[in-house]
Amino acid sequence: MHVAYPAVLAALLFSVGVYGVLARRNAICVLMSVELMLNAVNLNLVAFDVWLGDPLHAGQALALFVITIAAAEIGLGLAIVLLVFRTRGTIAVDQLRELGEQDAPDPATRS
Amino acid sequence: MNAPAYLPPSGVEVLFLLLGVVALASAVLVVSTQHLVHAALWLVVTLGALAGCYLLLTAEFLAWVQVLIYVGAVVVLLLFGLMLTRAPIGRSTDLDSGNRWLAAAVATATGAVLVTVVVGGLRGAYVDLGPSAAAGAGGAPALGDVVFRTWVLPFEALSVLLLAALVGAVVLSRRDSAER
Repeated sequence: MHVAYPAVLAALLFSVGVYGVLARRNAICVLMSVELMLNAVNLNLVAFDVWLGDPLHAGQALALFVITIAAAEIGLGLAIVLLVFRTRGTIAVDQLRELGEQDAPDPATRS
Repeated sequence: MNAPAYLPPSGVEVLFLLLGVVALASAVLVVSTQHLVHAALWLVVTLGALAGCYLLLTAEFLAWVQVLIYVGAVVVLLLFGLMLTRAPIGRSTDLDSGNRWLAAAVATATGAVLVTVVVGGLRGAYVDLGPSAAAGAGGAPALGDVVFRTWVLPFEALSVLLLAALVGAVVLSRRDSAER
């Protein structure tokens, strides 16, 4: 198989994930898009590992570790999202602006 | 290395392209659908198609780990999160923020740059997935061998990380943590 196929697929999946992270309002949708980006990276790791024929299988081992870290990340992320929902009543990421500058003009009215 | 031509694609490549189209289309649906629960379910399709891609790339163990952890655990966690944050079941109109056109421009630029670089750099790269080259390369014995021999230190560090994440999630979701 040509290595370009999985590499291009991974690049496109990554950019779809970038769009999701930037465009979604719901924090859980943002987490889903992060998962898409991590999966794109995993596909690259697997493809390059098979291509280079690494006897230590560094790519596949790292992909395994990335899957584990993604599981930990989604657990912590959901705990944080639930805490935010409990204290603020919303998880729309563009309404959580407590840490923004108070005297800044409202971004809704700014062009 | 004399790589064969791109046309006609081999059988494995045709399968990979089909799985890739499925994965990409459902990924686009994940980020563009207006039903929150449907987004999580389309994520299942994307992750399953990617597991098929791993299988085609002879990474069998990783494919099953993907099915177990992503499709099994992560998506269920996401659905629980949607349920606990009282996500609307039907159509919701406010899922996309106001800067979605800017986001689309950034994502298009990212995709264009990445695809250009990748196609330019890997045009001649070819991996032989024949039965002789790929025998047991990505199976559980080979991967377990390297994980518990060469990469055992990162593996142990990951165990500690998972424990820390577990403790952190428990601490974060305790009911009385806000009062103290």
